[in-house]
Amino acid sequence: MNRRTIAKLIGLAIAALLLSLWIGQQAYTWMLPQAAAEAILVDNLFSFMTTIGSFIFFGVMGTLIYSMIFQRAPKYDSKDGPPIEGNLKLEIVWTAIPIMLVIWIAGFSYQTYDHMSLLGTMAPRAMGMATAAAAALEEPTAPAQSSIEVSARQWAWEFYYPEQAVRSTELHLPVNERAHLVLTSEDVLHGFFVPAFRVKQDVVPGRAIDFEFTPIREGRYRLRDSEYSGTYFAANQTNVVVESATAYEQWLATAAATPPTSAENVAHEEFRRATDNDTLGWTTVKPAPAPIVNYASSEEDPYE
Amino acid sequence: MSNASLEVASPSFQPQPGAPDNWRRFFTFSTDHKVIGIQYIVVAFVFFLFGGLLAMVMRGELLTPPADLVDRTVYNGLFTMHGTLMLFMWTFPMLNGLANYLVPLMIGARDMAFPRLNAAAFWLVPVFGVILTVSFFVPGGPSQSGWWAYPPVSLQNPSGNLINGQSLWILAVALSGVSSIMGAVNIVTTILRMRAPGMGWFQMPAFCWTVLSAQLIQLIGLPALTAGAVMLLFDLTVGTSFFNPELGGDPVLYQHFFWFYSHPAVYVIILPIFGVFSEVFPVYARKPLFGYPVVAVSSLIITGLSAIVWVHHMFASGTPGWMRMLFMVTTMTISVPTGIKVFAWVATVWGGRLRLTTGMLFALGGLSMFLFAGITGIMLASVPFDIHVNNTYFVVGHFHYVIYGAVVMGFYAAIYHWFPKMTGRMYYEGLGKLHFVLTFIGANLNFLPMHPMGLHGMPRRVASYDPEFAFWNVLASLGGFLLGVSTLPFILNMLSSWSRGPEAGDNPWRAIGLEWLVSSPPPHENFDEIPVVVSGPYGYGSDEPLVANSPAKE
Repeated sequence: MNRRTIAKLIGLAIAALLLSLWIGQQAYTWMLPQAAAEAILVDNLFSFMTTIGSFIFFGVMGTLIYSMIFQRAPKYDSKDGPPIEGNLKLEIVWTAIPIMLVIWIAGFSYQTYDHMSLLGTMAPRAMGMATAAAAALEEPTAPAQSSIEVSARQWAWEFYYPEQAVRSTELHLPVNERAHLVLTSEDVLHGFFVPAFRVKQDVVPGRAIDFEFTPIREGRYRLRDSEYSGTYFAANQTNVVVESATAYEQWLATAAATPPTSAENVAHEEFRRATDNDTLGWTTVKPAPAPIVNYASSEEDPYE
Repeated sequence: MSNASLEVASPSFQPQPGAPDNWRRFFTFSTDHKVIGIQYIVVAFVFFLFGGLLAMVMRGELLTPPADLVDRTVYNGLFTMHGTLMLFMWTFPMLNGLANYLVPLMIGARDMAFPRLNAAAFWLVPVFGVILTVSFFVPGGPSQSGWWAYPPVSLQNPSGNLINGQSLWILAVALSGVSSIMGAVNIVTTILRMRAPGMGWFQMPAFCWTVLSAQLIQLIGLPALTAGAVMLLFDLTVGTSFFNPELGGDPVLYQHFFWFYSHPAVYVIILPIFGVFSEVFPVYARKPLFGYPVVAVSSLIITGLSAIVWVHHMFASGTPGWMRMLFMVTTMTISVPTGIKVFAWVATVWGGRLRLTTGMLFALGGLSMFLFAGITGIMLASVPFDIHVNNTYFVVGHFHYVIYGAVVMGFYAAIYHWFPKMTGRMYYEGLGKLHFVLTFIGANLNFLPMHPMGLHGMPRRVASYDPEFAFWNVLASLGGFLLGVSTLPFILNMLSSWSRGPEAGDNPWRAIGLEWLVSSPPPHENFDEIPVVVSGPYGYGSDEPLVANSPAKE
């Protein structure tokens, strides 16, 4: 290779790097607004991986496309290419660089996960793994405020605030405070997923899973069931409202003073209509009746 | 070495096909590996069209946000059976078909090690294919619990019958496991024991390395899945409580059983496609496979690593933090041997004298889509990011880039590349290139929009969705319909070329390999005289003879 080729290659590599850095910045705009502290961490990680991934993608695709355009055999040319069987130096380089990249990405991911500490500290006890829980000798330190009890069923979400004895089909959380939830399921696997928070946890029947995160942006966001739970799985969604501490207290007080009523429930409604009109396709598990709650949300509520 | 004993035995040592030498032989219990290979491929392709039809109905449902085209129960049955058919009736049989057809020819053997076992393994495929198809017509419909069949949903059985979609599904999967184990024993034995004299490990084509690595995974992993399936069947039918939380069972335990096999299964699928790439690129770039020994061994390294990564499917499940971190690191490690292969293919193509035939285009298209899937795969291995996109369309996009982008495109590359060998006829390049263009555009249009959907939090397996996802879903549906259309030029090409295409000759690509030394299609028992291999498998540009004798039948 002469000097000119090397200079050209370096130029192309720099161009690919700049383009990758730009795409890495674009990655932030592919996500929803960052409504939780965890979202900032995850988005940084995603941007970092997008940058590295783009660079590899452009490098490999650029080489391939160059070959496809400029290194085609002319028609009726039956000559072979050069009999190059390998190059030890090159092969060592393209083994070593991925190893270093893997260590880098894994390290970054580990730190990010550690900061998020969705399940509390990273120890077997925190997850309530059956065996680990049985062997634990000390009680975990109780959180400052009592946890909100999240209960999932086929097909409704219900949130219970034990101190105020408030039941709601919409999750309300004060902004900038660590939210502590206990996730339980009454029947099958469900998934607690708030895309704007970038947090998710399967809800496993027979277990109570402690789950925590910190909302940082006021607004109403979608909460979805993320683990397939049967017929009306897609309809099993509701909203999370993040509000100021005073608005939150106000909401709790109003809800506590409201007598419980039957909430809106898409699955139950649809099932009733389908059985009335005989339009149900195949036999299904019968949806649980609509939850009886102090605060009932509506699917009409706008969200971000 | 066992070839020696084969030669001593009389020709009747292996049962003759016993069928007329025409299309009817494909409907017999033939023990000829080439007949069985084509049987596998054709049956698999029929089910590919069936599974694709189900997918197109799903994409029709997802054109609009509400669940309106089909009922939710029907949609759930569709996505469950789409996944099940595409894996157990298309991908695995298709892989077995390619391995069956090519491995004995490539290693210089007259047939597989156990021809009758081979035929038995194949004839199980239509049996469980029928069971899966019949399950659409039993009361309560087919299984609606996804192809993972996670309990407790898979144990709910709303119809109340003992014979229901779910129990038929489990039966079919168990039979598929039996068939695959039979196939794996056969293929591993064939590669270990029946290589031609002179064919040491590093004279063996890379395709055989990848098939060996893949079939070893079947032998190691399938017992776990079969055990899990049997326990699930007991929970469903006789009231045991392995996985039923109401009776003290643990649903997460099932997930471990399931993924302990079903993640390595992904490598069972992709490894032979890596093998196809390693065979196709040198032929059409006219260059030896770059770094062949390392490419070959990296397949076995992938086999080893594939056994210790399964929990990455369960990062958001009931798993503790330390387990998530451990499996994140092991999963990322797999990218190293995989990266070695990708770079080696690029270096093989680089500086060659390229011929962009249909087979080469499919291999290059498959490689580029695999590259994209590999990059999103590393992202998914990273626990914090996976927590966000786990069970969303981002994952659906990722694995369709692997399984359609790389695997189906790899299948097409293999079919076009070996079609002249299998049939003795040439296909039509124009139709082939049209097929490639439609497939490549269709696949990207279908699966790329799934990534932004997933990043914005659209869960997978939903029959309805919020209106903000409509735009991307319309694009994906258009891509899906285009993929349906793309099979038409392929079918036309195959049928017309097979019946009246121009004669191909023994070696139309001037490729190096034992399969190209015999006539097209190869005669019964392949080789008149077992070849004696004297050089490596990719001697492009160096004019060395591959064998020391003339093995072709006169």
